Amino acid sequence: MSILTSALGALGHRWRGTASSGDPRLLPEAQLSGPMPWVIAIMIALTVVAAASGLALRNAARTASADLEGGVTVQIVTAAPAERTRQAAAVLAALRTAPDVAEAHQVAQEDLNTLVEPWLGTRPGDDVEALPIPALIDVRLRAVATPDRLAQLRAIVVPVAPSARVDAQAGWLAPVFAAIETLQWLAGGLIALLACATMAAVLLASRNALGNHRETIEIVHMLGGTDRQIARVFQRSMAFDAAAGGLAGLLLGLITIFALGRQFAGLGSGMVSGAVLRWPDWIAITAIPLLGVGLAVLTARLTVLAALRRML
Amino acid sequence: MSQPDAEIVQFDNVGLRYGTDKEILTDISFTLYPGRFYFLTGASGAGKTSLLKLLYLSQRPSRGLIRLFGTDAITLPRERLPGFRRRIGVVFQDFRLVDHLSAFDNVALPLRVAGVSEKDIARPVGDMLEWVGLGDRQHARPATLSGGEQQRVAIARAVIARPDMLVADEPTGNVDPDMALKLLRLFESLNRLGTTVVVATHDVHLIRKVPESLIMRLDKGRLSDPTGALRYPPRRPAATNPIAASPL
Repeated sequence: MSILTSALGALGHRWRGTASSGDPRLLPEAQLSGPMPWVIAIMIALTVVAAASGLALRNAARTASADLEGGVTVQIVTAAPAERTRQAAAVLAALRTAPDVAEAHQVAQEDLNTLVEPWLGTRPGDDVEALPIPALIDVRLRAVATPDRLAQLRAIVVPVAPSARVDAQAGWLAPVFAAIETLQWLAGGLIALLACATMAAVLLASRNALGNHRETIEIVHMLGGTDRQIARVFQRSMAFDAAAGGLAGLLLGLITIFALGRQFAGLGSGMVSGAVLRWPDWIAITAIPLLGVGLAVLTARLTVLAALRRML
Repeated sequence: MSQPDAEIVQFDNVGLRYGTDKEILTDISFTLYPGRFYFLTGASGAGKTSLLKLLYLSQRPSRGLIRLFGTDAITLPRERLPGFRRRIGVVFQDFRLVDHLSAFDNVALPLRVAGVSEKDIARPVGDMLEWVGLGDRQHARPATLSGGEQQRVAIARAVIARPDMLVADEPTGNVDPDMALKLLRLFESLNRLGTTVVVATHDVHLIRKVPESLIMRLDKGRLSDPTGALRYPPRRPAATNPIAASPL
């Protein structure tokens, strides 16, 4: 009886007031045995690529916008070459004395030929000089090209070149900026959908696991186990799966980003050069798996607690 | 045995039915007092297991009043159930051991659920398994244990945390007479330490082994023999029997 006395007497009733814990041995934890890590890996990889695309597009738009917001183009559209040249020189001289103008220069004829080359051709015998290509003056203002400033510029330009057109460079790219903004929203929507899909997958996996371990859960309940203890076991299991899947997904996503980056870098021109990822962007991208783990754990917890509340 | 001063369990006109079937427990009224040893008897299908389920809060009644440890168990908020369940040790008829846990971990489960530290678990659990004759099977999974061994693990799990009330459903059904007697002595030891013991059995020989016990008898869902007359020989006058004293 001494052993029994030891067994029964060692604990007394002290434990009833102690804080309960989520012991991993309450339920079997099937780590990395199911499809959940792979599902989460795919979701995280797609989210990483979508987020990187959205951030790169945002950076490209910001860079282009910064470059163009003080830019104005003056077109001298007179058909006669001599008159065009004269008006261009007069406009240039007038603009260089304007207080808001930081810089103004005429776009070289060679550059204009290069611009129209894809449409008009430069094969032997082509004569682009014979076409009435407008003279272009690239103007850089000291501030943003607002409608008021454009009106002031027109007031300077029109007296010396009545047929001149004065346009803000940002205005030309407004449809491009609108398209980029749409793509950014699309990337955001895609990320939201992927988060919803991840939550749905975790919800189904949690319910399935609850069904598989229902008998054990009932026993733990009968022994005084709380819903939170049981939920913690599922949370821990899900956190492990999500962390493994998140890491794999991040690696897959990064490989995809670098491959796409190399492809776009090969284009080497225009707005693409501004579509780069900066350090804050990389931090945000590497935080995606952590957010994924948090989302999966929270979903598992809420699913399990909701299901347990239906049990006595 | 001194007259108890407060009831640990009180049933008043309790009825239980599953779905729309007829009641399997009808007008059950009785009172259990702390530190007593009770047997619940009755033929198979009389409702013993259903009555025990109400006792260990696995089932809510269809009607009637149940007070447990002085608290209304019917209106008890769900979040307070674990605290009450930790005060009740249960030996299930089908053992209900956790398959993926060893015998040691099964016995340690109530302590881990209660948040007892690992250093405070090892010795009492080892001693308890030693006492029930399974000292050399501590690491065995339930699937590798015989029916009798599983039953002993289930009993060790039920008593390890020294509950205020022990509820056992046919706890000696799968063990030999010697082990049955030994387990009964375990229940008596626990009872002497202050635990109220309720054992459901139809083994009259087992009931005879505990002369101080009190008896409830279920017959077709009704508590038909609350005076302890079934016990042989009936040593206690009905008037001093707390079951007899309670309104029925």
